[in-house]
Amino acid sequence: MSAAAGEPMPARRVQLHPLSRRIMHWVNALAILVMIGSGWRIYDQYPALPIDFGFPYYLTLGGDLSASEALTNEDGLSNALAWHFGAMWVLVLNILAYLIIGFASGHFRRDFLPITPRAFLRDFVAALRFRLEHRLGEYNAVQKLLYWGVLGAILLTILSGLSIWKPVQLQELTWLFGGYEFARVVHFFGMAAIVSFLVVHVALTILVPSTLVAMILGRASGTPHAPARDRR
Amino acid sequence: MTRPILRPTPLATSIERRLFLRQSLSVGALALLTGCDISDNDQVQRILRFMSRWNDRAQAFLFQRDALAPTYAESEVVRDFRYNAYFPVADVPKLSAADYRLELSGLIEDKRPWSVEQLHALPQESQITRHICIEGWSMIGKWSGARLGDFLKRVGADLSARYVGFQCADGYYGSIDMATAMHPQTIMAFTFADQTLPAKFGYPFKVRIPTKLGFKNPKWVTTMFVTNRFPGGFWEERGYNWFSGS
Repeated sequence: MSAAAGEPMPARRVQLHPLSRRIMHWVNALAILVMIGSGWRIYDQYPALPIDFGFPYYLTLGGDLSASEALTNEDGLSNALAWHFGAMWVLVLNILAYLIIGFASGHFRRDFLPITPRAFLRDFVAALRFRLEHRLGEYNAVQKLLYWGVLGAILLTILSGLSIWKPVQLQELTWLFGGYEFARVVHFFGMAAIVSFLVVHVALTILVPSTLVAMILGRASGTPHAPARDRR
Repeated sequence: MTRPILRPTPLATSIERRLFLRQSLSVGALALLTGCDISDNDQVQRILRFMSRWNDRAQAFLFQRDALAPTYAESEVVRDFRYNAYFPVADVPKLSAADYRLELSGLIEDKRPWSVEQLHALPQESQITRHICIEGWSMIGKWSGARLGDFLKRVGADLSARYVGFQCADGYYGSIDMATAMHPQTIMAFTFADQTLPAKFGYPFKVRIPTKLGFKNPKWVTTMFVTNRFPGGFWEERGYNWFSGS
């Protein structure tokens, strides 16, 4: 299905995203941003990591600081929690729909598979040398693995989050994550993995803006993008 | 597999550029909003409160009457347990056994007040459980006391009522669902770490509920009532979730 390396590339390529996928993508983007912003405010109340680190207030979600201090004698934790436990429903329902549709429609199998170690190694080395070109409508092996990776990170963060939310009712799950305290650490690193993905994801979107067009309008086409280095 | 071949129109390129610009602008606007006061908007607050009420129902659904909170070994008990209230420890209510009476009201048959002596005479049991604060910290402690469910039966409370409410000597107030009140691990704790409950932890008793977050465990309780009218609570009026189960 994909052009083998060395074969001449087709002049035009097309990226298609059905409406359902585009809606789920943007709902997910919004929900994830709310979860991260409010999660950072919650983290700052009582950091899970034993290091002196906190998120700057202006990056977090939870309302005006001085108003919270006057009203509830804290840094907007109640607002942050309300956001977090509100947006979690949106996130979870959306991800479930995405998984069901992704597996049922063959989207995952078609676009995210196969990933062979050899293809991964080849594309990974090319990416490190800034020689990995982006072919619209087709994901390279590094990209495929990243999508599985972030999907795994989101699921891990959801599950560890549930185990923190319900350490009694879902105590088997909490146990699986090494108990309440350790589950908080897992939840943190799950978030860190998602944020790392987002940095790469957004950076690459800026490099290849037509992917963004496809995710908004449903379709984008163009000549194959040259590696970033050669475009300068 | 074949893919449909579609020809791009020249228009697409310019739309692409414009859209990207607009999109990056709205991403910036979003970042600005999250850092700013979107949470303090009235409409946003209404939505958040609606979701919080939804979460009350979801948590009541998840609550299992027979599921016990995990218990721990004596060796895991934290020695230097944290004092926590909305005022400094110097200001904690200092109630005396001579003057104290637990008042009962609402849907309870026998509303006679209870003295500390009478309360201490109730059958008691111990638990070593994890106290989890909504802020994120947690500590394992040992509490002993009488089952709240047994006490409610004894005073003839209407167990089909929806809420059990508490008023406390420090001005704090709160309420829990009847199912949680009847849970076997919900106790009126008279001792902490095998010592009479010190003033800073709620003498003469605190309601210890290991299936709820810390702030749902009222200290210095002076009045207990049973009702079908939603009583709310101190922190709940400040935006915290009412059910707050764990």
